[in-house]
Order: sequence, then C-alpha cells, then structure tokens
Amino acid sequence: MNHSWDFATIFQNWPVLWVGLKGTLFIFLVTVVLGLAGGLVVGVCRYAKSQALKWPAMAFVEVFRNTPVLVQIIWFYYAFPILTGIEVNPFLAAVLGISLNTMAFSAEIYRAGIQSVEPGQWEAGKAIGMTYNQTLRRIILPVAIKRVLPALTNRGIEVFKMSTLASVVAYVETLNQAKLIADLNFNPIEAYTAVAVIFFVVLYPVVQGTYVLERILRKSD
Amino acid sequence: MSEIVRIENLHKSFDKLDVLKGIDLSVSAGETIVLLGSSGSGKSTMLRCVNFMEVPSDGRIYLHGDLIGSEQNGRMNYRESELCTLRTRIGMVFQHFNLFPHMTVEQNVMEGQLTVLKRSQTEARDKARAQLERVGLADKALEYPARLSGGQKQRVAIARALAMDPDVMLFDEVTSALDPELVGEVLKTMRQLAEEGMTMLVVTHELGFAYHVANRVLFLSDGAILEQGEPQQVLKAPKTKRMREFLDGHSLFKLPD
Repeated sequence: MNHSWDFATIFQNWPVLWVGLKGTLFIFLVTVVLGLAGGLVVGVCRYAKSQALKWPAMAFVEVFRNTPVLVQIIWFYYAFPILTGIEVNPFLAAVLGISLNTMAFSAEIYRAGIQSVEPGQWEAGKAIGMTYNQTLRRIILPVAIKRVLPALTNRGIEVFKMSTLASVVAYVETLNQAKLIADLNFNPIEAYTAVAVIFFVVLYPVVQGTYVLERILRKSD
Repeated sequence: MSEIVRIENLHKSFDKLDVLKGIDLSVSAGETIVLLGSSGSGKSTMLRCVNFMEVPSDGRIYLHGDLIGSEQNGRMNYRESELCTLRTRIGMVFQHFNLFPHMTVEQNVMEGQLTVLKRSQTEARDKARAQLERVGLADKALEYPARLSGGQKQRVAIARALAMDPDVMLFDEVTSALDPELVGEVLKTMRQLAEEGMTMLVVTHELGFAYHVANRVLFLSDGAILEQGEPQQVLKAPKTKRMREFLDGHSLFKLPD
C-alpha cells in the first residue's frame, strides 16, 4: 500500500476524457429518451385488454428484463450481424442493449402506475362518453405518470451509469477513454478513479434535483 | 308527458349470480324517480345498466323511443361507439365523486365537452362557468379537487355531468360517502335540478328526499320491483311486509317529534 497518487497525466489528457464525456452524454440522451418513451408504449400494451397487444408486450418485458445488458450489447455487436447480415456499429449495439432493457424496466413502472389509479377514474371518463383511449390519454396516464415520476428518474440515473457498458464494444465514452489513457500512461488507478469522480460530479446535482422535484410534486397532491 | 327512457325485461347476471330478474320501467320527461332497496337488491346495477356502465344480459333499453343496440339472432349487440354517444346523453354521478385530481374544477367540467363533444375552449369554459354557478361553486372554478369538501366535490361532479346537456341524470348513492352535515347541500342541489325539470333516476337511502322530491318511488327487492307508486303512498302505506321491514330499519333511531 504505497501507491503515490499522480493525477498530472489525467489533467494533461483532459481533452481525451472530455471527448469521452460527450460520448457518454450523447448515448445517455438517446437511450433514456428511447427507453422511457418506448417503455410507455410497452407498458400500455402490457395493460391492454387486447390479447394481441398484451402477450407480445409481456414476452418483450420478460426477455429483456431477465438477460444482462452487457450480454445484449455484445450479442447485438457480434452475433446479430452474422445472423442477419446487417452491419451494427458500436453505438447502435450499445443503444439497442441499453434502451431495450430500459424499455422493459420502465414498462413495468408505467404499468404499476396505471394500475394504481382508482377504477373510479376509468368510470368517470366512461360516464361522460369518453372512449378507452381517450380516458387513458387524458385521465389515467397523467395521474399515473405523476405518481411514478420518482421511479422513472431513478431509472434515468441507472441508464446514465449503464452507458459505461458501451465501452465493451469500444464506443467512445468516458470509461473507454480512461482505458486509453491508462494504457498509454500506465496509470489505471488514477484513470479509473477519475471516471468515478466524473460520474459522481455529474450525477450528484441531478439526484439532488430529483429530491426537490419529488417534494414539489407531493405538495400539489 | 313524453317518454325519455323505457326499460323492458332488463336482466343482469354476474357469472352465475342473477342480480336483475326482469325489470320494466318507463321514465317520462321531468320525472324524478327514487330507487330504494336493501344492499344487494340490484338498485345500483339497474342504474348502471341504463347508461351501459354494465351491459345488460337481456332486455331492451330505449332512449327517446330509439332502441339501444341492434338485435342479431335473438341477442342484443352493442357497438362501443354507440354506447359512448349514449353516455353523453345520460349523465351519471357516483358515490365517490371520481373527480379528475390533476385538473382544476373548471377543467373537470370542461373535459367531456372538449374531448367528447368537441366544443371550443371558449364555449366549454362558458358552459362550465354556468354549470358551476348553477351548483353554487362559481368561486371554486380554479381550485383543485383536493382542496374541496366532500359536498363541494359532489356538486362539481354534478356540474360535470350537467355540462354535457344530458337528457337524464343518474345518481348512484351520491350522499353515502359524505359527512352527515354535508349531505344537505348535495340534496338541495338535486332538488333544485328536479324543480328545474331535469329527468332523474336516484338511488339513495335518504327517505326524506324520496318523500319530498320524488314523483315516483320504486322499491327493489331481490332483483325485481316489489312496489312502486307516489312517495306518500309507498312510504307511508307500504303494501308488502318486505317494504315495511325496510322502512322500519330506517327509522329505528328517530328523534322523538
């Protein structure tokens, strides 16, 4: 235990990390939007009366919830092109793995939210002549989403950290760039510590923000 | 007087349980009919069949003489779009108000007008204001339901139903979830509606309301109408033992005169 910390090489290579952080933020934005929006669609289908919507949605959720994201990314990158002949670049493989998994998890969150809305709300919509879809869109979802917002922001934080898995297929993001720095400068301890610090610095204020959001939402109830 | 609703041989069963066993009723314009009966007698189910919240197992329902649904091979068929249109013409108020919590009082009253009747924002707002005025809550238009008392919530729910310009209003035990001191304001609103000529079907345990406001009282027992007639006659001189027992149960602990 006599490691002498030396972050000088990290600071010298800051532009390399900065490129990585931009890659992290980009893939986060794409996967969080796809994952949470797609999850809403799957979650609604999961709750639908129509068996033709319900069963595929259920199968989707079970497949992607019960397989590791890391394996999915590797599978989309190495196996999928061989099976289908369709070229998949690192970005696409990582986006598929992370957003499909996020869709599956958030679908369950939305479904729980929809189920938490009192049956009387469906009845009230129906009684003034609204169709199932109108009641769902205008009455049930706004109430449900407000209720599950804390769980959804939690998912978002999870997605942000999951983005590091994209490094396994050499997508240019923070962890991948740190690995590059470590290999060239023989300083893995500092390089990977820097990654952890960067993630903490970005996420901590965001998480604090979500607490404020939760408090505001509770107040309006 | 013209007939608004006609119910013929209405049956409803849930799985093996027969809740309604053949009900016939004709409701004239401007009439207030009170449905009485013990819990499990089928009075709420009957009410809920009129606007197809529950789809009848058998029988026919007519609105303004038009048969709801179409008959195929001896069975009634109902299209969802037809039922949605029907429900805009039959207002319903529930025991638990069921106001939309994420909308203001005014938005609650505007919602059906905008989404279903496709009225303009201005028209819907004017109409909402007018109906809130009618139930005495014009000053609460911009509040959220969570800030209202139970009685106020129920009057908003009445305004929400009235804003659709229904031909009939259904009231399903609308005062049963209220504190006793708030029951009066809701009954007063309902009486005012009756006096304005609204056609109403009311399921309630408020015998005083039935006595003073109803044109006709129906007593349901075991899924069928056991007695009916003018309130003075049915409530003061019941013909059946079952009805007498029901009325006695309601006046066990009356204050002495």
